[in-house]
Amino acid sequence: MRVSLFVTCLVDQIFPQVGEATVELLRRVGVEVDFPEEQTCCGQPAFNDGFWPQAREVARQFLRAFSDSEVIVSPSGSCVAMVREYYPLLFREDPQLHDRAQEIGRRTYELSEFLVRVLGVEDVGASFRRKVTYHASCHGLRGLGLREEPLQLLRNVRGLELIDLPGWDECCGFGGLFSVKMPHLSSAMLEEKIRNIVSTGAEIVVATDISCLMHIAGGLSRKRIPVRTMHLAEILASTAG
Amino acid sequence: MSTVRVDFLGRSKELLQDQALQSALRRGMSRFRSLRREVVGEVPEWEALRTRAREIKIHTLKHLPYYLRLLEERVQAAGGVVHWAQDGSEAREIILDIARRGGVQAAIKSKSMTTEEIELNAFLEAEGIRVTESDLGEFILQLSGDHPSHFVVPVVHKSKEEIGALFREKLGAPELREPEQLTRFARQVLRERFLAAEMGISGANFAVAQTGTVVIVENEGNARLVTTLPRIHVAVMGIEKVVPTLEDLAVMFRILPRSATGQRITSYISLITGPKRLGERDGPEEFHLVLLDNGRTRILADPEIWEALCCIRCGACLNICPVFERTGGHAYGWVYSGPIGAVITPLYRGLEAAGELPFASSLCGACAEVCPVKIDLVRLLLVMRRRAVDAGQGVGSLERLGFALWGVVSRSPFGYRVLGRLGRFALRSMARPERSPRLPFPFSQWLESRDLPPLPKRAFRERWRRLGQGK
Repeated sequence: MRVSLFVTCLVDQIFPQVGEATVELLRRVGVEVDFPEEQTCCGQPAFNDGFWPQAREVARQFLRAFSDSEVIVSPSGSCVAMVREYYPLLFREDPQLHDRAQEIGRRTYELSEFLVRVLGVEDVGASFRRKVTYHASCHGLRGLGLREEPLQLLRNVRGLELIDLPGWDECCGFGGLFSVKMPHLSSAMLEEKIRNIVSTGAEIVVATDISCLMHIAGGLSRKRIPVRTMHLAEILASTAG
Repeated sequence: MSTVRVDFLGRSKELLQDQALQSALRRGMSRFRSLRREVVGEVPEWEALRTRAREIKIHTLKHLPYYLRLLEERVQAAGGVVHWAQDGSEAREIILDIARRGGVQAAIKSKSMTTEEIELNAFLEAEGIRVTESDLGEFILQLSGDHPSHFVVPVVHKSKEEIGALFREKLGAPELREPEQLTRFARQVLRERFLAAEMGISGANFAVAQTGTVVIVENEGNARLVTTLPRIHVAVMGIEKVVPTLEDLAVMFRILPRSATGQRITSYISLITGPKRLGERDGPEEFHLVLLDNGRTRILADPEIWEALCCIRCGACLNICPVFERTGGHAYGWVYSGPIGAVITPLYRGLEAAGELPFASSLCGACAEVCPVKIDLVRLLLVMRRRAVDAGQGVGSLERLGFALWGVVSRSPFGYRVLGRLGRFALRSMARPERSPRLPFPFSQWLESRDLPPLPKRAFRERWRRLGQGK
């Protein structure tokens, strides 16, 4: 099978190692990966903040960049939810783009969703000898309904000790611009997330969205708490640990 | 109706500092959440029930004029009087008129968000009619000149110590510490008021068109008294609360208490069809139903947003919302709070008055997941944000400029690459050892409690070619 990697702007610009891990992982399970270089951002930052015309311009570029792709895979539930759930709303007044968006949305998958639901793979042959706790990113969990998939993959990682995170399905408080526009509330939510993470005694907190992890890591670093954040792709790509 | 702009940002900052409020909210909301989880878990067909409840609401809203006329006809047939109020002012005048005709000097009320919406109490008091709230929480709020901070538990923000002090000051109560003592005391005061009232004013959780029945769901029994003891009963209801049949009502009974308080059923459910009939000993002599529009038909005609009218005011979206849990209802500036309030306050009061309310959410979607009538609250919040931006509300000029530039740049792969490089270069050169760089507003807000990640020299797309040699 051949897939196109939709790397997302955040991974592209700030966390390229997550993109590399995704490619490595997909190749290991026998998938051919290409990278449409015309891709930019999915438009979510503007869309979520009410700037729909600007989001539409950027989303249009997404549709152009991936028009030839059969299957699109992304290490972000949030960006996939944007494409699959909200592009049809964004293009509601343009029947042609609306249908194209809907059609592309149907073949766009979040990484763990693609592995478990499309490929039927739960054991990717990873090994990682650490104590890990899992935070469910909101848009993957509730937007795409990915409740079990990331956990199934983690349970099959050799040597990995998975510790339940209290409040695992509660928002970390990032919410894109919410973290900047309402920093006091965002920080209070992050505070609780961090308290819960620390209570598990885990060395690493893992999630399917780098945006949540950037937020959590930012808080951990500020508090000088030596818990690391890793994207699910990075753990699944690991074979040496 | 006050037209002061809601200052969600400012109010929420203050409320977040209130330690007593924070722990009360946390305790209350997490209790509701776990009770709800338990009783919803007992219903294997929960999802089907939600779907059914939504279908009932959607169907009714689509045929609202028909069901409202049917309701009117059946209420009249049962001996009741139906009044139509275009807005709050009409509703208030109607109720005042009923009171005047009946020579009413004192009224007793049960909990009703709709009467809060039309600010009925202050109006009647100004007209010389003494109004007493008989729901314990509302009674406490009325004594202290306060407003509800939650749909179901309006006084969640007050501690029992505060309430004890309030009872001493306003009612001359002795020193009371335990909730049981406080309740017993309030009960004695309220009994007198019940006996003195010539008019009972209630809200309505539902009204059944088929039978002309007004339905009230409660736990204290005060609404039962309000609707049976005084000579006149006036029920005030938003027009969206009608359901077609008793079978539909049965579906609502299964979802409402479970979603609201995590109860299987509430202690009291009153089904009221008209006034006391010939030969009956109990019940009011007059029954009036005031049907309030107050913007509802305008929302109904709005194809993007009308599903907001499905709301049954259970409060489940408040209880689950991580933002509400840290602010309580008062930050939302009006009677309706939480995610549904962030959507409907701007609809009822205007985008300008609502300020940044549509942005008071991380869009985590927990609200939509628990909503018993499956209102897509995330979509509604997104739509309201778009409207706020179009109306110049809730976003700053810097934000506006930023997105205008971002849109132009990010739609072109070239622009995006250049912006990415420049951005990373700038942030890397601002880096300070062991600390985050200083950032200009509004990004400086991120650094209040969070560090920035270290930035890579090369983006993924610049590294891709090296990886591209694989299969």
